[in-house]
Amino acid sequence: MAESKLGAFTLAPLGDGVLLIELGDDASDSTAQRVQAVAEHLLRQSPAGVRDVVPAVCAVALHYDPLLVEQPREGATPYDALAQQVTERLASLDPARRAAGREVEIPVCYGGAFGEDLAGLAEAHGLSADEVIALHGMPVYRVQMLGFAPGFAYLAGLDPRLSTPRRSTPRTRVPGGSVAIGGELTAVYPLDLPGGWHLIGRSPVRFFDPAAEQPSLLVAGDRVRFVRISADEYAALDKGASWR
Amino acid sequence: MALRVHRAGILTTVQDLGRYGYQRFGVPVGGVMDEYSHRLANLLVGNAEDEATLEITLAGPRLEFTEDALIGVCGGDFTPTIGGRSVPAARPVLVAPGSILDFGTCRLGCRAYLAVAGGFDVPRVMGSKSTYLRGGFGGFEGRSLRRGDVLTIGEGGAGLYPGLRAELEQGAAFAYPRWSVNANSAFLAHDHHRIHFIPGRHWHLFSEESQQQFAAVQFRIAPDSDRMGYRLEGAVMMLKQPTEILPEAVTFGTIQVPPDGRPIVLMANRQTTGGYPRIGEVATVDLPLLAQLPPGDTVQFEPMTLEDSQRLYLNRDRDLGIMREALQMRMKL
Repeated sequence: MAESKLGAFTLAPLGDGVLLIELGDDASDSTAQRVQAVAEHLLRQSPAGVRDVVPAVCAVALHYDPLLVEQPREGATPYDALAQQVTERLASLDPARRAAGREVEIPVCYGGAFGEDLAGLAEAHGLSADEVIALHGMPVYRVQMLGFAPGFAYLAGLDPRLSTPRRSTPRTRVPGGSVAIGGELTAVYPLDLPGGWHLIGRSPVRFFDPAAEQPSLLVAGDRVRFVRISADEYAALDKGASWR
Repeated sequence: MALRVHRAGILTTVQDLGRYGYQRFGVPVGGVMDEYSHRLANLLVGNAEDEATLEITLAGPRLEFTEDALIGVCGGDFTPTIGGRSVPAARPVLVAPGSILDFGTCRLGCRAYLAVAGGFDVPRVMGSKSTYLRGGFGGFEGRSLRRGDVLTIGEGGAGLYPGLRAELEQGAAFAYPRWSVNANSAFLAHDHHRIHFIPGRHWHLFSEESQQQFAAVQFRIAPDSDRMGYRLEGAVMMLKQPTEILPEAVTFGTIQVPPDGRPIVLMANRQTTGGYPRIGEVATVDLPLLAQLPPGDTVQFEPMTLEDSQRLYLNRDRDLGIMREALQMRMKL
């Protein structure tokens, strides 16, 4: 356990090639902010040997090559050497001084063939489909983390009235662009993928582009707002629309 | 210079050491399953160790070289032949223009790596030549090879192994030296495989019985195992009490346990994060062996400390460095 302006954090190994920085044990906004601050700081100033910085809900993972970690003294393991460098780097970090995430608007055409589960989900909560759409479009969501698939962003901030356990039998193919609810989270499937979340609509936006400098539209820490569009607007945006 | 695919095999893909630097965007690392055989195959032909190779799975392809090529095959034994004559593994082989290299089905292990001097000239996507099938990007057009594909081979291998070149000029279909490198594939012949693991963050969450069983039971690799994960059958791992785990990063070799209690070892094509409790992580030096085991084989896990695991990793790299230097001498002959 170490202390800094950042507050308490714990370092732990994940096998012989990952160092995990634990910053809390909950999915709160304050934990998320510290996770973001640490991830951004270590992305800017990665210790030698680090090849990926991966923020999740309450921890940041540093994937490293043990061969390339700088070892100041003979006999220390690469893990111990890296842990010491990370502790030193985090000592000077003030989590309050960080760039605010971007706010991204995502157009969604709700229901119909795009949102096969909308009616069922509304019924399960004793709501009308329009009420579900309104509740889904209200909050400013926070990108908690990326995972599952390239560009798949877990969005926190769902109205508790829409919280829905995942389907007991996942679909083998969910079309890319599908807007879905799973548990207390919402997300957009960036590609055609298998999935167990409830589909309520579809976005014409491109969420993942392997050729782009930032291949994922959304990154951890971004804020997201969903904007309802009609089927005609969807069709217009879908023609050659690119998120850039 | 090119490689023409006459038959693709079950799953033949272009892979390198993986796509690092993009996991925060949810992009899997991917890359070769058996890093050791891949690196060795590249060393044999004078390539950088991270140059792309063809990863060949279970039943191999039939490939034509339009011009002469310096190749190296390491990993599982697919009994490759040219013109009906056996092509030896774990050594450099210079093949004549028009040669057709025919891989059979796998007799030992389950993946072979074909390196060609000069590497495969496919675009790097996010810094890597590795094929990611689900995302449809990387490697050769983002997919596994098909009959009729023509892969361009980069420049390389000129002037290497002049002795082999002389044999080819005298009319041989292919030429190789008498020596071979120690490709460590002999251990695949055993029935019983020991895989070391480092007990992980959630080890203590599992019942004592499960903890004991994990290192005592022979686990069988289930049929639905693939490049993404190896599913294990043989014992069900139970938590002391139901525990919810917030998703966090996973890595190559993470052993996670979904609610059904059947452990899954995450392999090359793993996702970037996981939300199940993990028993531990496989020691990186043992991943090449695990990656060579086909479904149906059994493994036994043995605990190892992080210190030992990292020491073995550094030692293995030092050994590869020694091999690289030895090969650089032989390439001049």
